[in-house]
Amino acid sequence: MANMNLYSRGDKLFVIVNMVLITLFAISTLYPFIYITSLSLSSGFEARAGNIVLTPIDFTIEAYKRVLIEPQFWTSYKNTFIYTIGGTLMSLAFIIPGAYALSRPQLFGRRFWNLVVAFTMWFNAGLIPFFLNMRDLGLLDSYFGIIIGFAVNGFNIILLRNFFEGIPQSFEEAARMDGANEFQVLWKVYMPLSKPAIATVSLFCIVSRWNGFFWAMVLLQDEDKIPLQVYLRHVITELTDDESFGAELINAPYSVETVSAAIIVCSIIPILLIYPFLQKYFSKGILLGGVKE
Amino acid sequence: MTNDPNFSGPTTEQLVFDATESQRRRKRTRIQKVGDHLKREWQLYALLLPTIIWLMVFLYKPMYGLQIAFKDYSVFRGIAGSPWVGLEHFHTLFENDQFLRALRNTIIMSAYGLLFGFPVPILLALMFNEVLNQTFKKSAQTIVYLPHFISSVIIAGIVMTAFSPSAGIVNTIIGWFGIEPIYFLTKPEWFRPIFIGTGIWQEAGFQSIVYLAAIAGVSPTLYESAVVDGASRWQMMWKITVPSILPTIIIMLIIRIGNILEISFEMIILLYQPATYETADVVNTFIYRQGLQGGQYDFAAAAGLFNAVVAFILVMTANTISKRYSRTSLW
Repeated sequence: MANMNLYSRGDKLFVIVNMVLITLFAISTLYPFIYITSLSLSSGFEARAGNIVLTPIDFTIEAYKRVLIEPQFWTSYKNTFIYTIGGTLMSLAFIIPGAYALSRPQLFGRRFWNLVVAFTMWFNAGLIPFFLNMRDLGLLDSYFGIIIGFAVNGFNIILLRNFFEGIPQSFEEAARMDGANEFQVLWKVYMPLSKPAIATVSLFCIVSRWNGFFWAMVLLQDEDKIPLQVYLRHVITELTDDESFGAELINAPYSVETVSAAIIVCSIIPILLIYPFLQKYFSKGILLGGVKE
Repeated sequence: MTNDPNFSGPTTEQLVFDATESQRRRKRTRIQKVGDHLKREWQLYALLLPTIIWLMVFLYKPMYGLQIAFKDYSVFRGIAGSPWVGLEHFHTLFENDQFLRALRNTIIMSAYGLLFGFPVPILLALMFNEVLNQTFKKSAQTIVYLPHFISSVIIAGIVMTAFSPSAGIVNTIIGWFGIEPIYFLTKPEWFRPIFIGTGIWQEAGFQSIVYLAAIAGVSPTLYESAVVDGASRWQMMWKITVPSILPTIIIMLIIRIGNILEISFEMIILLYQPATYETADVVNTFIYRQGLQGGQYDFAAAAGLFNAVVAFILVMTANTISKRYSRTSLW
């Protein structure tokens, strides 16, 4: 950018103040995570007394042990993996072919079909009709219902369509000469060229599946099928009022606070593991989707 | 016409026949054309079909189901079989204090969110742009983008833990200043600040990406000539960077205003409780309670329809304005 040798004293001060402000913002972003982690590693007694500020006091991993012996924790963790992997694959199975077809100029009624997709981004029937529809389709309390019911999303289709449209026609000419049909052109030419865009869409799906809470809460009653987020909510809101857990706590080295904190940490870890990819592809993705509708 | 006496023009019948014949031929060729097209390009439609069917089954069919907003819906009679009641649910809706309160809360919370939340990502982007040390910039960005990827259940869990009256850090800290513990999440006057603050904490960093992209598009020659003129970094920021990204700022503002009814109700469901409904209840949480928890499907669907129609009008207006604006603006 600007020439670095010409800084005045005012500029130096400006740069320093700026860095201090950014550091403060970053610390305030990070602090709640540090606090929760420290809380999860402290003894129940210190946590209940509100003594944890920055670092763990009376370091212990009892809260984690308590979380990990709970069968429901593992059931819901497994379910979250099923919904995330199944849901993402299902989404790609719909979105990639759909976006490809919409990107082809020879598609008859292309503008109309694009409008059919885009309209769902501006107007949706709302919670009640969606719920009644899922019920009428017999998709309540079902793995398949969660996986199929949220497979397609207008924004992801349009994002991928924009990317496909940006690929020059010349890339497919050789394949066409060899007599490749549409399926082969998509599979052998477009998909390899679109790896970054497909990665972006996959990550959008993975994050929204992993974090998905509201519809899982509404559509799933069976405890064997609930994902981690719904279980987490049960633990955080209901543990305080749970009498058997209250009795258990009397002599326990953990407390409601440390157990909640431990389970929060356990469910953040997978997101942290894929975070380098998320950061790389997400910013590109939101800008790509915004180019045109 | 013609002076040739031998000229015998086509009869009227002939003309009509020719016309219909050519029309028919044209129609036939059109059908043939469509047929040829489908024969040649059927694979394209095969690729599109699953997506279209999915949209019909999961998003358009519920739009048909919206008619229960005008019906006395019963589960046994089904959507089509339930009797019509006209605008009855809408009359009830606009006499319902809870609904009106929810509508008011939605707009108030969105407006506050806009007022306090909108400038933060812009300031962050401007600040990031002034950082010279790339490693520092990258690490700071890595940190501030993170909360965007964390689920609302976890965020709400952190908020509930941090604001807890006995063990929470917030009460510990205010205790140092001799203030009695406050049970924040049961106090209506504290709900909005907590909700809006959490939203800013979670999203401001990530939202700055849009403005950083706009800043990246500013021509470097502008800065170079400003340096020659002896401008300070502060001056360059306000005189070059800010005016250059103003179109983006205005478009984002229009979009945000258009989405004023879209509030992250998932977070509200997780954080609110009957004691704070007064300030916390929004239209979607109202619909959730009345419809999904209370089983008043038709009434709740009416509230949802009202919400969706107003939101649609706002969003379309915002889109139109921003499109017109971006066409006339410089980028």
